[in-house]
Amino acid sequence: MPYALREALAAFRRTPVLTGLSATMISLSLFVVGLFGIAAHNIRRVLERVEERVEVVAYLRDDARPDAVRLAQNEIATFPEVREVLYISREQALELAKQELGELRSLFGELEVNPLPASFEIRLKAGHHRPEEVQAVAQRAGAYAFVEEVRYGREWLDKIYLLRRVAGAAALVIGGAFAAVAMLIIGAAVRMAIFARRDEIAIMRLVGATDGFVQRPFLLEGFLTGLLGAALALSFTFLVYRILSGAVFQLEWIPDGWTLSGLAAGGVLGIGASAAAVRRHLRGI
Amino acid sequence: MILFDHVSKEYPRSGLALNDVSFQVRKGEFCFLTGHSGAGKSTVLRLIHMADEPTRGEVRVSGYASGKIRPREISMLRRKIGYVFQDFRLLLDRSAAENVAFALQVTGARAAVIRVKVGRLLAQVGLAAKAESYPAELSGGEQQRVAVARALANDPIVLLADEPTGNLDERATRGIFDLFRSINTAGTAVILATHDLELVRQNSGYRVLELDHGALVYDSTSSS
Ligand SMILES: Nc1ncnc2c1ncn2[C@@H]1O[C@H](COP(=O)(O)OP(=O)(O)OP(=O)(O)O)[C@@H](O)[C@H]1O
Ligand SMILES: [Mg+2]
Repeated sequence: MPYALREALAAFRRTPVLTGLSATMISLSLFVVGLFGIAAHNIRRVLERVEERVEVVAYLRDDARPDAVRLAQNEIATFPEVREVLYISREQALELAKQELGELRSLFGELEVNPLPASFEIRLKAGHHRPEEVQAVAQRAGAYAFVEEVRYGREWLDKIYLLRRVAGAAALVIGGAFAAVAMLIIGAAVRMAIFARRDEIAIMRLVGATDGFVQRPFLLEGFLTGLLGAALALSFTFLVYRILSGAVFQLEWIPDGWTLSGLAAGGVLGIGASAAAVRRHLRGI
Repeated sequence: MILFDHVSKEYPRSGLALNDVSFQVRKGEFCFLTGHSGAGKSTVLRLIHMADEPTRGEVRVSGYASGKIRPREISMLRRKIGYVFQDFRLLLDRSAAENVAFALQVTGARAAVIRVKVGRLLAQVGLAAKAESYPAELSGGEQQRVAVARALANDPIVLLADEPTGNLDERATRGIFDLFRSINTAGTAVILATHDLELVRQNSGYRVLELDHGALVYDSTSSS
């Protein structure tokens, strides 16, 4: 579509300030989303690593019968969420405790009885670490009569999930607000472009150009503006990523798929805004 | 080819612009549309161009019926309808040739076709020598010739002219009218709206439709 492209580029030249403003607003909107993207991506990476180690620990009563315990161990291992179940005897628990306590080991050395209970360490499969799932496993394990108590890292797990939700919602609200402003400005830019070309549009209509043909340059203008804004947002986001990543903590750059989605979002935002404006303002000519 | 079937057009504030108008224009016909200012001449042309819909009745043009025609079909129909105005409506930042070419570009013609066709059209209206001139450098009569060339770009079956000589002196009027006659001779129907009764009288051989306050009060073919 060389004609539409030529006209769209001419519109950039005609109103560079408005075009720049539109692109900047789109870039601000996507920049916020981009920052969230980095945060979300890295939180997820951390979560994944932490979740690997999340386990449910079921402490057993001292009078539990060994055969019943072995049966339960096999049973729990067949839960769909469960990867493996380790049995830690009272003696093993004491050994582990001594190892972990280091210099304080002598404290135990003087004890005549072993105060630690035997336990199951229940490890979960990858992808089954959502709080609901962990809780479900804990509940089922706790149902055995000889299980005294079940522990799992529920509270802080919940907190990380909550943090991610809150950050997501904030990014959505702020990014959405910028996007709304961006769409208004793109609308204004398209309206000015239409106004500047109203004589041509009237002649196009007169001689039988199709609506699609008349609209194409404006849609293209919006699309290119959106793409430009998205590219700007990407550069800003990358800049911030580099600054933070070197100085404060180790960060990972967002996946390529997200980058492409961001660019596409810019284009869609731009074309959507101009489509709305074109539909509204072209009618009057 | 063009049929008005009991057509009325009512505008919200100004009331009835056309009142139960019926007539027919055949292929290749030449006809004057007369009447005092506000009689409804421009409204008739706008309805033929499907730029407006009748409030009552039906307008049929080249097989398309008002009320049933779809937006895309309106575009296609308009390529078969040339339209010129009293105020020429040329794009001032484009040369004569570019103005004519514009009508071809926006209806999807290829560049090679456009170049050949523009030269032929400007020659047809007697402006081959001024192809590169801008509207501001042309006289009123010359500007109207450019507009006529543009109107003919897509080989229309009918040429609508709304007061085309309203801004021209007698000599230029004569020239434009002769141009319309030669276009008509080549087979294109012409509907010329004017309140220049002198022009109508001088060319008494042609059909005349007269409007008065939106009503068709005289049709020279049906009375003779
Ligand atoms: N878009 C419009 N909105 C409202 N009223 C209109 C519109 N167009 C025309 N009219 C009214 O319709 C009537 C007929 O107008 P029209 O332009 O067809 O007259 P005309 O015969 O072409 O007059 P003129 O010789 O002055 O050009 C007038 O009363 C005019 O005010
Ligand atoms: Mg008129």
